Amino acid sequence: MTALNDTDRAIINRLQDGLPVMDRPFEQVAGELGISESLLIERLEALLDAGILSRFGPMYHAERLGGAFCLAALAVPEDRFEQVARTVNGFDEVAHNYRREHELNMWFVLATDDPRRIAAVIEGIENRTGLDVYDFPKLDEYYVRLHLEV
Amino acid sequence: MTITATPLARDDKGYQLDETDRRIIRATQAGLPVCARPYHRVADRLELDVDELMGRLRAMQEAGVIRRIAAVPNHYRLGFQANGMSVWDVRNDRIAELGPRVGELECVSHCYRRPRRRPVWPYNLFAMVHGRTREEVMAGVEDIAALLGEACRRHDVLFSSEILKKTGLRLSQAGS
Repeated sequence: MTALNDTDRAIINRLQDGLPVMDRPFEQVAGELGISESLLIERLEALLDAGILSRFGPMYHAERLGGAFCLAALAVPEDRFEQVARTVNGFDEVAHNYRREHELNMWFVLATDDPRRIAAVIEGIENRTGLDVYDFPKLDEYYVRLHLEV
Repeated sequence: MTITATPLARDDKGYQLDETDRRIIRATQAGLPVCARPYHRVADRLELDVDELMGRLRAMQEAGVIRRIAAVPNHYRLGFQANGMSVWDVRNDRIAELGPRVGELECVSHCYRRPRRRPVWPYNLFAMVHGRTREEVMAGVEDIAALLGEACRRHDVLFSSEILKKTGLRLSQAGS
């Protein structure tokens, strides 16, 4: 883990909460943090360059833009795990894929521009792997917010 | 909130995006410029009036199309390397009340209701718990268990042991 100074920590904590929409938003935030606007901009760039922040900007709610996501899982026999991972990852619609410790040991997220593609991709994965895909569409969203206090 | 040019129609589903909104989305979904006047920079690039751009960003934020304009930390780089997908079998008549309360816990980043897939999968509440270590994640799981009490019949925690693929969730056409 990269060493962060107190200013970096304060910036990371504060900028996860949001940037105001106004003329000079960094001036406002810098004032809250007791630092100069130029230092804030310089450190934000450095944190992005170092990959400590992966992104900075508007976070769009994909479903409200017409996209669709679906969490899905497979129970993959251990001796076929690598081969099935390659097959599943080969679908462009598979955005994330994790091995997890459970009978359902492969968990992936399908992301598409067109909600109708979800069922087609699931069927494609079933045909190519011969395994049943368990799909877990979102029924209710109670909370989405990753805030890490550093 | 002021929208200077085109009034935006709303329907039951909320906010109706028009072509100008889509141009704004395409120009900013990879991120905002890091400079003193980032909204001016975007407005110049799109040849929009900056007040219109800011008005539309505020309107999209209010409608929930934009969750917020913020920094996204790389949790691995910040030392939060343990993430556990905690899953809970919660009584159907209690989940609407308890789900949001689980989501509000500090350690929970995402919290959803999803369908059970019996017999393999009896769980209907998913709460992603982040921590620096598995012990920290398990302490968060215990907080959730205490909150759910008797409304929960059983639970499990699935740790990720390997990232097999991770790409962005960017939409190429932004719904057009």
